[in-house]
Amino acid sequence: MSVARFWRKIPQRYNLIGTKCLTCGRYFYPPRTFCPLCRRDGKIVEHEFSGRGKVITFTVIRSSSDQFEHLTPYVLAIIELEEGSRVTAQVVTSPEEIKIGMQVKRIFRKISTDGESGVIHYGTKFTPL
Amino acid sequence: MTGIMTYGVYIPRYRIKIEEITKVWGGNPDEIRNGLGVFEKSVPDLDEDAATIAVEAARNALMRRHLSPHEIGAVYVGSESHPYAVKPTACTVGEAISATPMMTAADYEFACKAGTAAIQTCMGLVKSGMIKYGLAIGSDVSQGAPSDALEYTAAAGGAAFFIGNDDPIAAIHHTCSYTTDTPDFWRREGQDYPRHGGRFTGEPGYFRHVQGAVNRIFQETGKSPKDYTYAVFHQPNAKFPQRVAKILGFSPEQIKPGLVVPHLGNTYSGSSMIGLAATLDIAKPGERIFVCSFGSGAGSDAFDIEVTDAIEGPDFKLSAGPSVQDLLKNPVYLEYALYAKHKGKIVMQR
Repeated sequence: MSVARFWRKIPQRYNLIGTKCLTCGRYFYPPRTFCPLCRRDGKIVEHEFSGRGKVITFTVIRSSSDQFEHLTPYVLAIIELEEGSRVTAQVVTSPEEIKIGMQVKRIFRKISTDGESGVIHYGTKFTPL
Repeated sequence: MTGIMTYGVYIPRYRIKIEEITKVWGGNPDEIRNGLGVFEKSVPDLDEDAATIAVEAARNALMRRHLSPHEIGAVYVGSESHPYAVKPTACTVGEAISATPMMTAADYEFACKAGTAAIQTCMGLVKSGMIKYGLAIGSDVSQGAPSDALEYTAAAGGAAFFIGNDDPIAAIHHTCSYTTDTPDFWRREGQDYPRHGGRFTGEPGYFRHVQGAVNRIFQETGKSPKDYTYAVFHQPNAKFPQRVAKILGFSPEQIKPGLVVPHLGNTYSGSSMIGLAATLDIAKPGERIFVCSFGSGAGSDAFDIEVTDAIEGPDFKLSAGPSVQDLLKNPVYLEYALYAKHKGKIVMQR
């Protein structure tokens, strides 16, 4: 990932900054600048998600790309944030502990690094409440 | 009245026991446990570093008391293990608590006392009116070379203190320092692990500087150990703080709540700050806390702190953030091989 691409999304990665449509009340993560339901009647504002949610489904990654090999086996899940939007993220827990419906909260972790001398990509993962 | 507005701590979930380390490098675990007064130490997860620990500690502090991010005018992070040699951890923390961009920030390094130096800086900025709130953090994923004596204690954890004037939960009445050029412990640029002067770290290092700062603050304030309910000293092991407390006239009961090293290890920049946090976890309004840090190189910062009614007031909710004892519960114990992987001690093909 280029430095600029990482930097551009820091608010979303660190603080789960998404958007909300004031017209229909729907939340969007990653953020949308346009409400697909309300269209021109929509009014989009920034929203920081609470970081609490529940596991909708998950998979255990045992064979990963080189960048994440040291973390295997790790849990990757689709999490429904309490505001309603869904996000795919790592849940820091053992493959034996993870369950569908598990309540989780956000944590701040290293996601990846650009080699030995490149930028460290920090961001949000989740952990059981 | 300048003081602590709120505070938070973070300790990783993983631990390694002394006997697991002696299994690999030899030595008698009973002798080492008795010698250090340490039974186990915390270990960071594979994706944790001094920055992630600092962020979690700061967020735990803000769970206890809401402070407007736009009123946080300074972020200072003290650590011996900043993830970057050049690029501030403090900027990452500032961004992660939404305090950027209208703030000043810097990383501090003064061995194990960089975090308390950050508290002093924030006090100065708050007292002068330059900022409303300042954030001071001590956070480390401490380094200790394989088979070195430091490996038995070098742990991971951090504490965050927000400093301000506006109804603090604990007033910091006075602070002063004692600093000299003493090479008792160091890490050269580019080196992975620190070196130390063995027994030289004791008398000319820890004891001289802690006693120097304590005697100075007692002279300046007219206080003595009997004026304090609790006392916290830097804890590289359990023996040093117990011995210096006895020399200075503090009782074992005064240092007990803040003596967290036996089941946590030495969190370097986090050490005395986590001890202070553990003491604040149980402190009541009107109780007085004495704190003295120590950083090799060498220096000590002493603080005269008094808990206020605000700790039980409507703006501060202690139970909203995890206590130090909460964070020490339910550890996951690692074998040495996994510990070595977590600490990056296994050299991989690059």
